[in-house]
Amino acid sequence: MGDFFWIFISAAIINNFTLSYFLGLCPFFGVSKKIDTAFRLGLANIFVLLITSVCAWFLNTYVLPHAEYLRLMTFIVVIASSVQFVEMAIKKLSPALFRALGLFLPLITTNCAILGLALFQTNRGYTFAQGIFYALGAGVGLTLALVLMAGIREESELSEVPDVIQGAAMSFLIAGILSMAFMGFAGLFSGT
Amino acid sequence: MDAQDKLYSETIKGFWRENPVFVQLLGLCPALAVTNSAINGLAMGGATAFVLLGSSILVSLFRNLIPKQVRITSFIIIIATFVTVADLSLQALLPTVHKELGAFIALIVVNCLILGRQEAFASRNRFPYAVGDAAGMAVGFTFALVLVGGIREILGNGSLFGLSLFGESFEPWVIMILPPGGFLTLGVLLIIFAQVKKSREKRSALEAGKEAA
Repeated sequence: MGDFFWIFISAAIINNFTLSYFLGLCPFFGVSKKIDTAFRLGLANIFVLLITSVCAWFLNTYVLPHAEYLRLMTFIVVIASSVQFVEMAIKKLSPALFRALGLFLPLITTNCAILGLALFQTNRGYTFAQGIFYALGAGVGLTLALVLMAGIREESELSEVPDVIQGAAMSFLIAGILSMAFMGFAGLFSGT
Repeated sequence: MDAQDKLYSETIKGFWRENPVFVQLLGLCPALAVTNSAINGLAMGGATAFVLLGSSILVSLFRNLIPKQVRITSFIIIIATFVTVADLSLQALLPTVHKELGAFIALIVVNCLILGRQEAFASRNRFPYAVGDAAGMAVGFTFALVLVGGIREILGNGSLFGLSLFGESFEPWVIMILPPGGFLTLGVLLIIFAQVKKSREKRSALEAGKEAA
C-alpha cells in the first residue's frame, strides 16, 4: 500500500504536473480567473486523467507490443474517443454532473497533461493499479495548482499593478513563485 | 499586394510581430519545460520546426480533399505521424539529446502552436504561403526557445551552449535551471517586451501629435 501512497503524493505535490513538469499550462493560465471554475476544471481533469490511465494501460498491455511506432497516434485517437463516449454517457445518466464538468471535457481531452500522463506511465511501466493512483495524484496536483493560482489572481485583481506587468507577465511571475514554493517538497521523499 | 509581397509578409510575421511564444503565448509547455539550456532549446525548436513544416505542407496540399467535419482529427493524425518520425529519428541519430528531452519530443503532438497554424492558416491558404507561414513561425518559436534557454543557462549554469562564460568565481543561480526559473524568465521577458512596446507607442503618438500641430 505504501507504494501507491508515494506514487500519489509524488505526482500530486513533489513532481506537480503543472508547476514542475509544465504540463497543462494553457488551462492553467487561461481558466484560472475564478476559484469556482478552476476547481471544476480540476475535477474534470481528474476524471479525464483516470480514463486516460485506464486506456493507456489497456493499449500498452494488449495492443501496442505489436506495433510500438503507432503509440502516439493510438493514444490520441483512443483517449479522445473514449472521453467522448464517457461524456455522452454522463450526459444521459447524470445531467447535473454533466453541467458541472461537461463544458471542459472537450477542452482538455488532448491537452499536454493528458498525453503526458499516458507517456510517463508508459515510460515507468506502471501496473494498472499504480497507474490509477498516478492519475489520481496528477489530477489532484493539477487541481491544487489551478485553485491556488485562481485564488491569488482573484486577490490580485483589486491591487494596483504597473500596467506593463498586468496580464500574462504577472501570471508567469505568480506561477514562478508558486513553483518555488512547491520545490520545498522536493526533499520529502527520495525514490521513484 | 502582389504575390511576392504577401509571401514575404506571411513569412516574416511569425518571427516578431506574431511571435508564437512571446505574443500569442502558444506552445508554452515545451517553451518552459526543456529550456534549461540553449542547446536543448535549439533541439526542441528544430524538432518542432520539422513537424510544423511537414504538417503545414501536407495539410495545405490536401486542404481541398479533407472533409470539413473531420479536419481536426485529420490534422492531429498528420501531426502525430511527423512527431513519430522526429521522435524515432532523434532517438537513432542523437540519443543524448533525445534522452535529455525525454517525453517532451512526443508531446510536440499537443503543442497548440502546430494545430493552431494548421487550423488558422495551412488549411486555408495555398502551398507557398503555408510553407512561408510555417517557416516563419518555426523560426520565431526556435528563437524564443533559444533565448529563454540561453538566459536560463547563463544565469543558472554560467555557460552558453555548454561553454563556460565566467570561470570559477561565478556562483550560479541554480533556481534558474530548475522549474521556477522558466516561469520567472518568461515573465520578466514579457515585462520587458511590454515596456518596449509601450514606449514605442508613446513615441509614435508623440510624433503624430507633432505632425498634426
